[in-house]
Amino acid sequence: MAKSPHLSRNEFVKIVVAFLGTIMGVVIGFPAIGYLLSPALKKESLDAWISAGPIESYPVGTPTLFKFTRTTINGWEKTVNSYGAYIYRETEQKVTAFDNTCTHLSCRVTWLEEEQVYLCPCHDGEFDIDGTVVSGPPPRPLDRFETKVEDETLFIRLEVG
Amino acid sequence: MTARFIAWLDERIGIISIWDTIFDRKVPKVNWWFTLGSASLFLFVMQGLTGIFLTVYYVPTPDHAYDSIQYIMNGIAFGWLIRGIHHWGSTLMVLIVFIHMLRTFYYASYKFPREMTWFSGVVLLLATLGMGFTGYLLPMNQRSYWATTVGTEIAGSVPFIGSFILRVLRGGSDLSAVTLARFFSVHIWFIPLILALMIGLHMYLVIRLGISAIPDEKD
Repeated sequence: MAKSPHLSRNEFVKIVVAFLGTIMGVVIGFPAIGYLLSPALKKESLDAWISAGPIESYPVGTPTLFKFTRTTINGWEKTVNSYGAYIYRETEQKVTAFDNTCTHLSCRVTWLEEEQVYLCPCHDGEFDIDGTVVSGPPPRPLDRFETKVEDETLFIRLEVG
Repeated sequence: MTARFIAWLDERIGIISIWDTIFDRKVPKVNWWFTLGSASLFLFVMQGLTGIFLTVYYVPTPDHAYDSIQYIMNGIAFGWLIRGIHHWGSTLMVLIVFIHMLRTFYYASYKFPREMTWFSGVVLLLATLGMGFTGYLLPMNQRSYWATTVGTEIAGSVPFIGSFILRVLRGGSDLSAVTLARFFSVHIWFIPLILALMIGLHMYLVIRLGISAIPDEKD
């Protein structure tokens, strides 16, 4: 068959299939990416003053763990997150609240009274009583919660997100 | 560039002869009813893809199934679209596969030498219906629950072995978490595997034997 200047049936079908295929790919493909990323794009933030009880219940000189929980919504479910703060009263007046989350990879640290260090069990990170790194992989000192004392009650500020 | 790449690939894996065998086949003059097999394949692929995406958020337990689907519909970007395609695609697939069977029957395309194509098609039709039945329970809403109650009771009405069949389907005598888990497993693993294997056989036979012409007055 001589080459016709017009579109052959075969060429026409190829173009139509490529055209419709591209449209369908875009209409399904882009929403599919959004669908997968969707929960990652929602960020929950939290900023609250948490009551840690009477300041007098914390001994002077010994870091004492105060645990509390806060709830967030993930998907269709409530997720209860546990937090821990080591309340350290250096003197009657001076109080510091350390986040017990290791600054390396977020395991929880424990205060060891005999050794006088916070030890992280995951990779043996150690912090001293001021939260500074003694040994191991942690890149920075323990994080601190903001604190305030009102009517003899200690409050710590939780900020997430 | 593209031509050179295709030539390079063809030297190594014979891609051109594969392409020609699949797409450059001689076909008799046929009509639009002969597009239903391709339409079924397209729907199978669509159901497979949207189904894979749904498993990202769907949780097959009685206490999470309904809520996870509400989340897909209202909490996730384009979740309504993915589930909508899967939902309507399932109904459309049963319809298209069934009409595909009717076309094969009325044009007598199931005769020699295409009996095996027909047999594999029978399995494909039953497997498609199985997908519809198992998928119906997964949203775990009132309609799902009672439809599956009734469906398994019907299977249970078989003489002698009925109660055994019912307990196999439900994984016990009650419709429970076990039922949902096994329906989910059958819906996403067992039947899709059967479908994929049978589609492979079905298409191999279609390509090997060619498609039958429309019968005329001489037949």
